[in-house]
Amino acid sequence: MIPMDLNHIFTQFYAVYGSLINFIGINSLLAISLYVTLSAGQLSLGNAAFAGIGGYTAGILTMYLNVPYIVALFAAALMSGAIAMILGFPVLRLRGVFLAIATLAFGEVVRILAINLQITGGAEGLTPIPDKTQAWMIFTALALTGYFMAVLRRSRIGWSFASIREDETAAKAMGINTTWYKTLAFTIGAMIAGLAGAMSAHLNYIITPGEFGFSAAVQLLIFNIVGGTRVWYGPILGAALLTALPEILRGFGVTAGPVRMGVNGFILLMVILFLPNGLVSLFSHNKD
Amino acid sequence: MALLEIRSIIRMFGGLCALNGVDFSVEEGEIHGLIGPNGAGKTTLLNILSGMAPPSSGQVQFAGRDIHALPAYQVASLGVARTFQNIRLFPAMTCLENVIAGQHLTASRPLLPRLLQLPSAWRLDHEYEKDARSTLARVGLENRARVRAQSLSYGERRRLEIARALAARPRLLLLDEPVAGMRQGEVTQVAELIRILAGEGMTILLIEHNMSFVMTLCSRITVLNFGQVIATGTPDTVSRHPHVIEAYLGVDKSS
Ligand SMILES: Nc1ncnc2c1ncn2[C@@H]1O[C@H](COP(=O)(O)OP(=O)(O)OP(=O)(O)O)[C@@H](O)[C@H]1O
Ligand SMILES: [Mg+2]
Repeated sequence: MIPMDLNHIFTQFYAVYGSLINFIGINSLLAISLYVTLSAGQLSLGNAAFAGIGGYTAGILTMYLNVPYIVALFAAALMSGAIAMILGFPVLRLRGVFLAIATLAFGEVVRILAINLQITGGAEGLTPIPDKTQAWMIFTALALTGYFMAVLRRSRIGWSFASIREDETAAKAMGINTTWYKTLAFTIGAMIAGLAGAMSAHLNYIITPGEFGFSAAVQLLIFNIVGGTRVWYGPILGAALLTALPEILRGFGVTAGPVRMGVNGFILLMVILFLPNGLVSLFSHNKD
Repeated sequence: MALLEIRSIIRMFGGLCALNGVDFSVEEGEIHGLIGPNGAGKTTLLNILSGMAPPSSGQVQFAGRDIHALPAYQVASLGVARTFQNIRLFPAMTCLENVIAGQHLTASRPLLPRLLQLPSAWRLDHEYEKDARSTLARVGLENRARVRAQSLSYGERRRLEIARALAARPRLLLLDEPVAGMRQGEVTQVAELIRILAGEGMTILLIEHNMSFVMTLCSRITVLNFGQVIATGTPDTVSRHPHVIEAYLGVDKSS
């Protein structure tokens, strides 16, 4: 009888918190997508737009062409990745804040296109996208992505990313084709973002141009800063905490928007001031 | 033919002519010194040789190939490694990790066997790590393997940078002031290492202001002043050369 009870409790819990849990999963994927580019030392604010591209691509495929969901997911990741690769070669010559601005401008172009195109459903968005995404799919994707990141770290690609992040000039002198590896990081990140966007679109029945704008891009950066960018689970930690925060605050009776934003900002500030390597440094032994 | 041929290199920075027709060559297996007063253009030349910056005109041939138009990573892949005057380590990585990162050209570390958890991936990792440890030992940093580069002393940083360059197993090693700021004991140690490397067949071109180091270590020396070669030859000939004496006494009053 006990398993039945557990099952019951779980069902109840999921009925109340299911959408939050799914949302945490999606946001974690998005946070990892930015983590990939950050791990190669590149600050991109275009990942929200890549999620949008993935969402629209997959949504159009399943809605209009009856393409199977899993195929649509792959197509979304490939589409975002292909665009990232084309965009990457010119844009990744830029450094630091200039790269951030260029990727932000790219996001704006994507948003304006989504508003003005017929096939994307214009300003109202694309709907009704079939309801295909289930929690286990999101978390399988997240687990696979996490595993990929953990393994990538010790591969030739991972070492190249880390070298570029630490000192790009020295990396070149060691024989690393920095342009290629930066583009690769940007592309892998975009593919993960595209996948997350596609899953999100098939979870919410709708995707609108507004979802993937500036504030979404910055939100991903905040997940990374709060969680920490030294290891792959840092961004997951940041995404989980900050996504769950409104629910936690609601538990304390705080529902007003400004207060929630304030708490968000406060956490960000505290992490920057006291845990420059993010929340993960609370769990690691060598904090320096 | 010499391993490295430098021909009529000119490098302008706006109106400033940092290198004004530099010609000399470095023979395979020799330890070649590049000296000259501050601002003579030594580092600028090293940047050109390593592909970090193109010359305004002129040619560089390495092992019979033109390399002056190649990007730095391709020059490196032909067998040229370098260190930097203003040390460029990977500060947040440990010493061991710095050297492992430096194995980019010598270690494969493919992704797929790792994703599939094939034992071959870890076996190779083990080999590479052993290599990295022995490279650290060559510069006397074997006991600092787990220390982050940013917490090393100045001399240790310079030695770690040499170790990272060695991890690429270069044919030509370019060193920009390898013993600057080192204690005498460390200087002797680095000189010994360079001698051993040359004995193993590596070619070394080094910039250094420490005269006794250069004079005792190098088989040939090129002297640069105001972007021009004023002498090339054995330490003996060079130190007696009137233009060299003039350049050092006339310009570099500090030494
Ligand atoms: N990126 C640059 N832009 C403009 N001028 C430069 C640049 N790099 C070097 N210079 C100038 O070129 C000249 C040669 O500089 P370089 O660094 O090659 O000298 P150096 O021989 O290495 O001197 P030192 O012994 O002090 O290291 C100097 O006058 C320097 O100011
Ligand atoms: Mg110099």
